[in-house]
This record gives sequence, structure tokens and C-alpha cells, in this order.
Amino acid sequence: MMQFMLLFSRQGKLRLQKWYVAHPDKVKKKITRELITTILSRKPKMCSFLEWKDCKIVYKRYASLYFCCAIEQNDNELLTLEIIHRYVELLDKYFGSVCELDIIFNFEKAYFILDELLVGGEIQETSKKNVLKAIAAQDVLQEDETPQGFFEDHGLG
Amino acid sequence: MAPVRGDGMRGLAVFISDIRNCKSKEAEIKRINKELANIRSKFKGDKTLDGYQKKKYVCKLLFIFLLGHDIDFGQMEAVNLLSSNKYSEKQIGYLFISVLVNTNSDLIKLIIQSIKNDLQSRNPIHVNLALQCIANIGSRDMAEAFSTEIPKLLVSGDTMDVVKQSAALCLLRLYRTCPDIIPGGEWTTRIIHLLNDQHMGVVTAATSLIDALVKKNPDEYKGCVSLAVSRLSRIVTASYTDLQDYTYYFVPAPWLSVKLLRLLQNYNPPTEDPGVRGRLNECLETILNKAQEPPKSKKVQHSNAKNAVLFEAINLIIHNDSEANLLVRACNQLGQFLSNRETNLRYLALESMCHLATSEFSHEAVKKHQEVVILSMKMEKDVSVRQQAVDLLYAMCDRTNAEEIVQEMLNYLETADYSIREEMVLKVAILAEKYATDFTWYVDVILNLIRIAGDYVSEEVWYRVIQIVINREEVQGYAAKTVFEALQAPACHENMVKVGGYILGEFGNLIAGDSRSAPMVQFKLLHSKYHLCSSMTRALLLSTYIKFINLFPEIRSTIQDVFRQHSNLRSADAELQQRASEYLQLSIVASTDVLATVLEEMPSFPERESSILAVLKKKKPGRVPENAEIRDNKSPVPNAHNAHAAQTNHTVSINSTASSDLLGLSTPPANQSQTGTLIDVLGDIYSATNGTGNVINNAKKFVFKNNGVLFENDLLQIGVKSEFRQNLGRLGLYYGNKTQTALQNFVPTLQWSPEDALKLNVQIKAVEPTLEAGAQIQQLLTAECIDNYSEAPSIVISFRVSGGAPQKITVLLPLTINKFFEPTEMNAESFFARWKNLGGEQQRAQRVFKAQQPLDLPGARNKLMGFGMQLLDSVDPNPDNMVCAGIIHTQAHKVGCLLRLEPNKQAQMFRLTIRSSLENVTQEICNLLVDQF
Repeated sequence: MMQFMLLFSRQGKLRLQKWYVAHPDKVKKKITRELITTILSRKPKMCSFLEWKDCKIVYKRYASLYFCCAIEQNDNELLTLEIIHRYVELLDKYFGSVCELDIIFNFEKAYFILDELLVGGEIQETSKKNVLKAIAAQDVLQEDETPQGFFEDHGLG
Repeated sequence: MAPVRGDGMRGLAVFISDIRNCKSKEAEIKRINKELANIRSKFKGDKTLDGYQKKKYVCKLLFIFLLGHDIDFGQMEAVNLLSSNKYSEKQIGYLFISVLVNTNSDLIKLIIQSIKNDLQSRNPIHVNLALQCIANIGSRDMAEAFSTEIPKLLVSGDTMDVVKQSAALCLLRLYRTCPDIIPGGEWTTRIIHLLNDQHMGVVTAATSLIDALVKKNPDEYKGCVSLAVSRLSRIVTASYTDLQDYTYYFVPAPWLSVKLLRLLQNYNPPTEDPGVRGRLNECLETILNKAQEPPKSKKVQHSNAKNAVLFEAINLIIHNDSEANLLVRACNQLGQFLSNRETNLRYLALESMCHLATSEFSHEAVKKHQEVVILSMKMEKDVSVRQQAVDLLYAMCDRTNAEEIVQEMLNYLETADYSIREEMVLKVAILAEKYATDFTWYVDVILNLIRIAGDYVSEEVWYRVIQIVINREEVQGYAAKTVFEALQAPACHENMVKVGGYILGEFGNLIAGDSRSAPMVQFKLLHSKYHLCSSMTRALLLSTYIKFINLFPEIRSTIQDVFRQHSNLRSADAELQQRASEYLQLSIVASTDVLATVLEEMPSFPERESSILAVLKKKKPGRVPENAEIRDNKSPVPNAHNAHAAQTNHTVSINSTASSDLLGLSTPPANQSQTGTLIDVLGDIYSATNGTGNVINNAKKFVFKNNGVLFENDLLQIGVKSEFRQNLGRLGLYYGNKTQTALQNFVPTLQWSPEDALKLNVQIKAVEPTLEAGAQIQQLLTAECIDNYSEAPSIVISFRVSGGAPQKITVLLPLTINKFFEPTEMNAESFFARWKNLGGEQQRAQRVFKAQQPLDLPGARNKLMGFGMQLLDSVDPNPDNMVCAGIIHTQAHKVGCLLRLEPNKQAQMFRLTIRSSLENVTQEICNLLVDQF
């Protein structure tokens, strides 16, 4: 079972965090800080896996973003790399060649997509087509709503 | 302007841009505070706030939270959004709740109601949103509220596939919090049969669930094995076009394959049925065959997915450990990976081979790769890969290759990374001992270890070499000669001085015949190191010197001069002073015969398992490759070391002057207390985050333990060490100043009324009124229990931080009456006889209370063991129930006391019954234990 997933930039800024086990905020911050420092100090050709406390860390860099997952001793490292890759593919397809900014400005969407891929730290749907279908269905529901916000934001509401 | 999609909230995008444009951290905080104030006033004042605005503000709060700021409002507004009829508002509400609402919030009832409504929805998207939220929170409340709905959703024929997938994983999440949520009986079959579902996504999700259920109840779920094998068989024989979108980079359903292979690792053997076993072996062979086929794509995703399945198959082969053919094939496959250009594959292959090395079928096959593995240890660029190579060398080592592997590891140690040195030292020490046919080789290896990596040689390692030398006569002369030579190096490690000092003290006479190592030469050599050493080593050397007086009477007067020099104020350390003056007196007063008796050669150590192995296991729990024969290899452990282990684990005596001091192996008291406190501080830091702000008050925990951190805030840390015997207790309080300035007017006073003091007499020593920055002082308390009493004294510490306001801290002392317990062992018969005798109204007390979450029986047992009573196994017919017996010692009485603690797993409750001969004691013990489990 995946314990958590973190997305952070090369500058060490946290972009997304998803916790599948409960920790107090203080502990989460500590873990995050520690891992960001550890991973950023690693060189490109190094192994993507590391032992950390009683978990295994699996990470991969995509452009300016690091994706980092903590999994349990029994979990499969290589396939965790591919969970990351599938997530990146989904983001890419949804945003149309995704970049860090997309995730910053649409962080809620990044969460929704992740929730379709993983539930409770386990893979829910591995088919790219099916996940995108689910997200598209959500978007359709949204577009049915009146675009009230546009008027509000322009002082016309 | 940043990219925003159709439904985007412009206000949010503007805010995010603002934050990104902030030039400094201060500017960012300012902007955030402005926004927080704005949102707060909107939420408070503006009654007309519509759904869109709430959504926007809630979203901003989320963003602020994700930047690392604390958010303490907005929950109510988010909960309102849950019942919105606009999907996007509902979705944001759920997101906020998942990320930010803590599980014991007052709002949980409202949240559960909204989730209930959405679960009823006809729209699967709403149902899934609700299920994902339950899984994200995963609390006990959720488990209780939805324990009937979710299993129904999972197996009902009307449920859509997407919902089934979420329901399976949601149920798994709740099962992890609350294992009794899973219905048994006919549900078992229905859940197992999800493995046959048409929809691959449903099967994948269900397999995760079944894997967890099988772990708890393997027999009930046994039926899953044949279904899993069939499913696996269909996948591995499928072509990559068969499974359409479930094929990932030309690999058919890698996630499902891996999960099925994992599921099958829960059984050993996986099945009794020869047909099923045959099909499983075919699957495993097919996977191994496919690994040899040329890749269908150059993409790393293809090779990762393919190899993920392969590695999992190898895990299963290792787990079954029965098919020699498969094991050897697996080993050859991994051998190929050792020289793959992908670092990840090399890493995993080394790791996996470690397990193969422990199987009798593949041990020899692994050994063929020794050269490559040694190269990996030396040449890999990534330290974690080198580490794996070291682990594998350790696992593949046996009598035939031990000398070579140990030599290679020693060579590598000279340049090894600091991070893995300590572990390597342990491994070399273990291997050298285990496979030594000639113990002179063993002595050379350990002395080399100290020479090369002295800083990383832990006490266990050098204790061990001494034990072995003492127990093996044939090596003693060689050891004495070798340490003598090693000590001649101009700079030698302190650990070398310790080993040298000890061995020469015992066996220096064996080399004294040679004029180059005559008694005086030996003494001068050792004493030339004395001033460079820590007090612990000096203490050891003083013991060596007194042994020299016995061995070599001719240098007695020289040594007495040294004792004289160190028996007074020139020796700053009290322990050294004491040793020097006692040894001096001994050498003057005692006759030669008496001296010879007192300082007789150390007796052999009892043969026991190596303690070094335990250290290694502790360092890397679950990751020490079993080196198959290691358990059979019994060897000696010194008593002094037992004492040491006991000290770190249990009671650290405050100023121990135990008889083992003569050995010189126990650390002087001053050091003990420092290391002890440090360990406790580290030990407590994780569990202590429940306090308000930064204040940690562990008083309640001390009912079950005697040592550790009692209290901590930003200014002060209070550590405790205590020991009790009969009705007497001794308590050391360690006050540590955590600030950069001195604490003034530092006065701890005891709060314990004169009446109470007639029952528990506590004496406290005064301390210096100034506690310097970063310093620690110790205060001693003695306690004498005269009669039974309730509660416990407190200590009130008043002080002033220079320039600051006066501070006052009150902490309950761990002097509860249970500390005066003496555990009593008894059999079931006498237990029940006493239990019956103590049946009077005043003698019994019973309380029922809710268990802490989750109900933790081993934890409860541990606590009871720390409580002071004897935990009696096989007295109560129900193995979950715990019964204890003990006697409280007061000066006035001895009070016998019995305890029974019965867990009720369904209700998550405990029932506690206490019986004792004194009503007050019965009540007090009950009060101390209620709500603690």
C-alpha cells in the first residue's frame, strides 16, 4: 500500500501532497522536509529507490517536478515507478502537455485525477482511457452549471 | 496570466499569481494574512455568500494550507458545500474535508450525513466522490457509519463497475482501521468471486482487498488460490492485444499480475491441489521465459512493467522455496541483471539475490556471481546499490568463501561511505566469528577492523573479541602478542587501547618472557596512551594495572606511584579517583595470595548467541538476510554485557557501583546518564506530538515505565530515571535547559502534604539555583513507602529566563503506589483460590472503559509488564484476557493484589477487575489503570 505521494519542484517547493496514512501535520511537515532534502541531493544516474525508515521511497523526476512515493516493504518498486508514470500521462493528456504551472494553478484537478487512479493507497484503475472517461464525466457535470463566476469576478453579479 | 481551464475560478488564479509574484517570504506571508483576513470576514459577516463564492474561498484556504500554513477555519463552509447541487462545489467541499478536517471534528456527523446522501445518489459520479472521501478520511466513525452500505455496494449486481472498484478499495481502507467491518459467512465467497469479474479494473481493486483479508483469515479465503491462479494464467498467456487498455506498454495487465502473485505469497505451499500447483508453475515458467524474449519496445516503461512482474514472480518462487529448477533459473536471470545498465535493475537484482542465497536450492547458484557482486560493492556509483552488494556478500558467505569475502569487505572498508561503515563492521565481525576455523584469523580480522574503522566498532564488537579470547586458550598468547604489536603504532584507536588493555591485563604474562615485551615495557606502552583516553578507558586501564601487580610483582612500585597520582584531586573524575585509591589500598593491604585470588584470571563466559547479530537486526529490522547457520552458532557473551543491555533496556541504576566495575567494562555513571537520556529523548519524540503546542507531559505514561522524558516544553526538559526495591525508591530527575541563556532562581520544590508524607516519605536534595544554557543538572529523590496512599507527589519548578517573566511548571512525579509492587508468580490453582478469597465488597473494584484506538493487545500486555505486577500466562482460559499478581510493599503492610483485564474486541472495550486485601489499594490501582489501554 502506498503511504503517501509528494510532488515537489527542483527548488524544493511542495506542489502536491497526498497522504494515505494519517499523521499529525507536524510529522507530515517533518517527513516532507526530510525527503525533499534527501532526494534533491541525489545525482541523476542514481537508483530511483531508497530505504527510508521502514518504508521504501520510489521517486522520479519529470522536467522540473519530482514525484516521490513511499511504499511498504512488500510493495513492488518498479511498478510504483509506473504508477507515477501513468499519473504523469494522465495529467499530460488532461492538460495537454502538462507543466508545473498547470499543477500549481489547477491543483484541485490534479487531486481529482489522482483520486481516480489511486484510492486508499492502492491502484484503482490502471486503464488510461477509463480514468480520462471518469474525469471527462466530472467536467461535463460542471459545464452544466451556469458560469455564474464569470459575472461575479467581473463585478457584474 | 496563468492557464485556467473552463470552470476555473478567476479569483483563485489571481491570488495564486499574486503569491507567485511575491519577492520575499515576508511579502508572501503578508499577502496570505491579508487574504485570510478577507476570507474570515466574508465567512463571518456576509450572509448572502453564494455557493460559488464559498467554493472559491474554500479553495483559496486549501491553497494556503498546501503552502504550509495552518488553517483553523472554513470547515463549516466546506461542509455546506457538500450538499450543494452543483457538482463542482460539492467536489471542492469534499476535497477540503479530505485534506483538512481532522477526524474528531464536531462536524463529522454532518459530513457523514452528506456522504450518506451522496451514496444514495443515482449518479455513479456522486457515489464515487462519496466513496473516495470515506477512503481519504478512513476513520473509525466512517467505518461504523458505513459498515453495511459499502459491502452491499461491492457485491450487488446492480452496482456499476466504476463504483465497485471504489467500493472495494474503500472497504479495504476501512478494514485497515477497523478489521471487524468485514462481514463473514456467505460474503466471503461473494468477495472471492470478484476475482472472476469481467471487468479488469474491478478484479485489480478486489485483489488488493482480498490480499488484506487473506492475511487475517487464510483458511476462510483459501478458495481464492485456484481462482487467482486461473486468472494469472489467462493473463500471462494473453497476447498484448487481448487485454486492450489493460495492456501497459506491451505488457498485459502488469498491476493485476503483480497483485495476484502477491496474493499467492500468503500461502505456503500455495495449494495442495497438484493440478493448480502445476498451472502455477507453468505461469512462473512462462514469466521466466518471457524475460528472455527480446523487448517489444525500447521504452523504459516496457522493461519496468515486464520486470516488475518478473521480480514478483521470483518473490513467489523464493517464498515457495520448493522448486529447485525455478530457483536456479531465477538466480541466473538475476545474474544477468547484475550487469544491466539500468541502476534500478542492478539494485533490485542484488536485493532479490539476497533472498535466493538463503535457499538451499539456490545458494550455490548465487555464489557463482561472487566476482560481480564484489565489483558492485567497489565500483557502483550509488551508495544504496553498494549497500545491497554488501548485504548480498554477507548472505552468500559460507565456510568456503568466508576468508575471501571478509578480506574484500575489509579492503573496501578503508574507503567505504561513512553511512554504511558501522553496519559493515558488524557484518565482518559476525562472518569472521562464524566461519573462523582458526581463531588467530578471527583475532587478526577484528584488530584490523579496529585499525581501519575504529570509530565504527561498537562495544558489542570489542566485548566479543575479548570473550572469545578468554574462552579459547589456544589463541591467548597470539592475541597478547598481536595487541602488543598493534599498540606500538604511534596513533592507535581508543578501542584498540581497550582491547589491548584488557587482553594484556589477562594474558600479558604469556609474552612477558620476551625482553621486547617485558612487564615494564608492556606497562609503559599502555600508560603512554592513558592521557589520550576517555575516562571509561582510563578506568579499564587502572584495572589492568592492578592485574599487572598480580602478574608482575616486580613493577609493583611503579604502578603504585601511578595509583597515588590518580587517587587525589588531580584526577577530575570521581570514578577514577575511587578506583585508583581502592586499587592502591588493595595492593598495599592484600597479601600475595589474596591478591592472586582477587585478580585471578577471568572465568570462561557462558556460551550464548552472539549479541552482535542482535545489534545488526535492530539496526535493520526485517532487512538482515538470514545467514542460515547463524542461529546454531552459540558463542559466549560476557556478564558485563548482559548488564549493559539490561541497563539500556530497563532500569538504569542511578549511581551504580555494581561488582562488574572491576571488569572495567561498564561505563562510568556520568556517561550512562547522558546516553540514557538521549535515547529516551529520541524514543519519545514521535509519540509525544499529541500535546498542546510544544508541551509534552508524559506523567501518565510513567505508570508503566521508570525512565524517560517526563516533561518537555520549549525551555526545559525533565528526564527521569528511577529504581525501586521493596518499599524504597530512588529517583533521579534530570533538568535540561533548552534555551540559549541561563535559567535563574531555579528551584524545584516538592508538593506533598505533611499528612501524605506520613504515608510516603520523600526526601529531595537541593540543586544549584542557576541552570546554565544547554546544561543538564541532576536532582536525587528518595522515597519510602510507609503505608498505602493515593495519587502521587508533584514537583513544582519555578525559575526565570533571564530578562523574562517568572515561570512555574508543575509535574506529577512517577511515584505512584504501583512502583512498590513486587511481581508474584503463581499457578492457575492458587490464583483462583486467592481470587475467591478476595471476593468481599471492599476488596473488589471493577471498571469498564472504552479502548484506545485501535485496540492493541500486545501493547496492553507490554504496559502491564511495565506496571510492576507479574503477568501470568495460561491462568485465564481465554488467551486474550490478561491476569496479573503482585505484592505492594509498604512499611506497615504487604498488600497482595490481583488483576484481570478482559478485552471485548467487538465493542472495543476493556473490563478491568482488581482485587486486593485493602480497599484503598484496590481503588487506587483501578484508578491508575482505567482508560490507559
